[in-house]
Amino acid sequence: MLEKLSARIFLFCALLSVVSLLLIVGFVFYKGSHPFVAEGYSFFDFIFGMDWVPSEDKFGIFPMIVASLFATIGALIIGVPVGLFTAIFLAEIAPKRVAKIISPAVQLLAGIPSVLYGVFGLAIIVPFLQNNLGLVKGQSLLAVILVLAIMMLPTVVTVAETAIRAVPKMYREGSLALGASQIGTIFKVVVPAAKSGIMAAVVLGLGRAIGETMAVILVAGNSLILPTSLTDSVRPLTTNIALEMGYAFGTHQEMLFATGIVLFSFILLLNFVLAKISSKGGN
Amino acid sequence: MGTTVIERNEEVRNSKQTNETAKINVKDLDLFYGDKQALYKVSLDIHEKEVTALIGPSGCGKSTFLRSLNRMNDLIDGVKITGDIVIDNENIYETNDVIKLRTKVGMVFQKPNLFPMSIYDNVAYGPRMQGIKSKKELNKIVEESLRGAAIWDEVKDRLKTSALGLSGGQQQRVCIARAIAMKPEIILMDEPTSALDPISTLKVEELIANMKKDYTIVIVTHNMQQAARVSDKTAFFLNGEIIEYDETNNIFSMPKDQRTEDYVTGRFG
Ligand SMILES: Nc1ncnc2c1ncn2[C@@H]1O[C@H](COP(=O)(O)OP(=O)(O)OP(=O)(O)O)[C@@H](O)[C@H]1O
Ligand SMILES: [Mg+2]
Repeated sequence: MLEKLSARIFLFCALLSVVSLLLIVGFVFYKGSHPFVAEGYSFFDFIFGMDWVPSEDKFGIFPMIVASLFATIGALIIGVPVGLFTAIFLAEIAPKRVAKIISPAVQLLAGIPSVLYGVFGLAIIVPFLQNNLGLVKGQSLLAVILVLAIMMLPTVVTVAETAIRAVPKMYREGSLALGASQIGTIFKVVVPAAKSGIMAAVVLGLGRAIGETMAVILVAGNSLILPTSLTDSVRPLTTNIALEMGYAFGTHQEMLFATGIVLFSFILLLNFVLAKISSKGGN
Repeated sequence: MGTTVIERNEEVRNSKQTNETAKINVKDLDLFYGDKQALYKVSLDIHEKEVTALIGPSGCGKSTFLRSLNRMNDLIDGVKITGDIVIDNENIYETNDVIKLRTKVGMVFQKPNLFPMSIYDNVAYGPRMQGIKSKKELNKIVEESLRGAAIWDEVKDRLKTSALGLSGGQQQRVCIARAIAMKPEIILMDEPTSALDPISTLKVEELIANMKKDYTIVIVTHNMQQAARVSDKTAFFLNGEIIEYDETNNIFSMPKDQRTEDYVTGRFG
C-alpha cells in the first residue's frame, strides 16, 4: 500500500517536471515561431540580419549571436584552464590543510548571485579596462569574457576537483611506482582518467556562462553592433531578451521569444559538440 | 676472552659475506604511521637473483615493509622512518632521487592496476616517462616486456585495445610486463595472485620462477604453498617484527621458532 503510494508520488513528481519543461519549451517555440510561420518574416533575415530596430520593424540578431559566441568561447578559453589547474592544485598538490579551507570556499563562490559578479565587474573590471586600455567605455566584450570566466570558475573547479579526487589511488601509485614524477602522473594518468568528469565540469561551466544575463547586462555595454574587437561594446542574446521583454509587445515580443529559441538551440549545439569531443577523446 | 674473539671474528666474516651478496640490506628499520608503530627494528638481507617471500598474519607489516623498499610509504602523510635500507651500497633514504630508485625497484600491486589506456601505452608508459620517444625502440621494449611476462602471445593482436578489457590474470601479467619494461633490478610484489583464479595464479608463479634468473624478487603472500613453491628465502613477520628468516625449506620443514611453526602449519591467525 505504502509502496504503491510512494511509487505514485515519484511518478507524479517526474511527470510534473517533464510536463512543465515541455510547456516552457512549447510556449517559447510557439511564440517565437509565430512571426515566421504566420506573419511572413524571413527566418534567414532574422538570423543573419545586421540591424535590430523594432520600431522600424527590423529584427536582425546576427551581431548578438556573434557576441554570445565570442563571449562564451572567450570565457571558456580563460575559465577552463584556470579552473582545471586550480582543481588539480587543490586535489593533488596543495597540502590537505590548505585544500580543506580553499575547496569549501570555492564551492561557496558558486552560490553567489550572479548580479554580484556583475557588480564586481562593473566596479573593478570595467574601470580597470577603461584606464589601462585607454577605452572610452570599459563595458566591452572583454569585460563580459572576464566576468563570465570568473563566474564559471567555482563550477569548473568544484566539479573537476571532485572528478580528480575520484580517480582511484591505485592509478597514482602505479604511475609513481614506475618512476614517474608527480606532475607526470597528474597529466598522463590522473587527468586522463578523470576526463569525463572534467568534461562535465566544462559543460556545466559553459551552461553557467552562456545563459548568464544579469551580470552580463552590467558590463556588456549593450551596443547593437557586430563586434570586431575585444574592446567593442556588445549585446549578447540573453541581455537582448532581458532588456526589452519588459516593454515589448506584438511582433517585437515574439521576436524576443525567437531570440530565446536561438539561445536554446545554441546551448544544445554546444553541449552536443562538447559531448562529441569528449567521446572522441575516449577512444 | 678467547671465545669473545672468536665470536667477533665470526661476526666480521658474516657481515662481510652479507655485504658481498646482499642486494638489499635492511638494518634496524622502524616505521611509524603517525604515533602508531608498524615496524620494529626490522633487519633483513635480501640476496640478488633470489625470490624472497614475506609471510605473516594480516596487519603484521608485510606491505609496509615492502613499500619501504621503493619508498612508496613517502606518499602517506605522517609516516616516519628510521634505520637504514641500503640497496647496492646506497642508502635509499639518503638520496633525493626517488625516481631513479623506483626505476631500479619495480612494483606489482595486489590488485591489477593497469591504467585506462591501451595495453601498448600501459607497457610503454614507464619508458616514455624516462624520455624514450623512438617508436622503434618502444615497440621493442613493449614486445620484450610482454614476452618476459609470458603474455605476448595472448595480447599481441590487441595491443592497441584497452588494457581493462583483459581478464584479471592477464592484467596482472601485463602489470608485471609494465614493471619489466623499466628494466628494473628488483621487483616487489604485494600478494600478486590474491585476486586471481588458480590457473592464472599458476601462470604467475611460473613466471616468477622464470624471472628469478634476471631479477631480485621480493614477494608478499598469504599462500603458504605459494611461498614454498616460488621462494628461496622466507621471512616470517609478526606484529611488525621479523620472527624468523631463513631458507624457505627450513622455514617450512624445521622452523626454529614455535610461532613460525604455528603459523606455517596453520595453527595460528
Ligand atoms: N596508511 C596507513 N595509515 C595508518 N596505519 C596503517 C596504514 N597502512 C597500514 N597501517 C597499519 O600498519 C600495520 C601493518 O599494515 P600492513 O598493511 O603493512 O600489513 P600487512 O602485513 O600487509 O597485512 P595484510 O596481510 O592484511 O596485507 C597495520 O596495523 C595497519 O593497520
Ligand atoms: Mg598487505
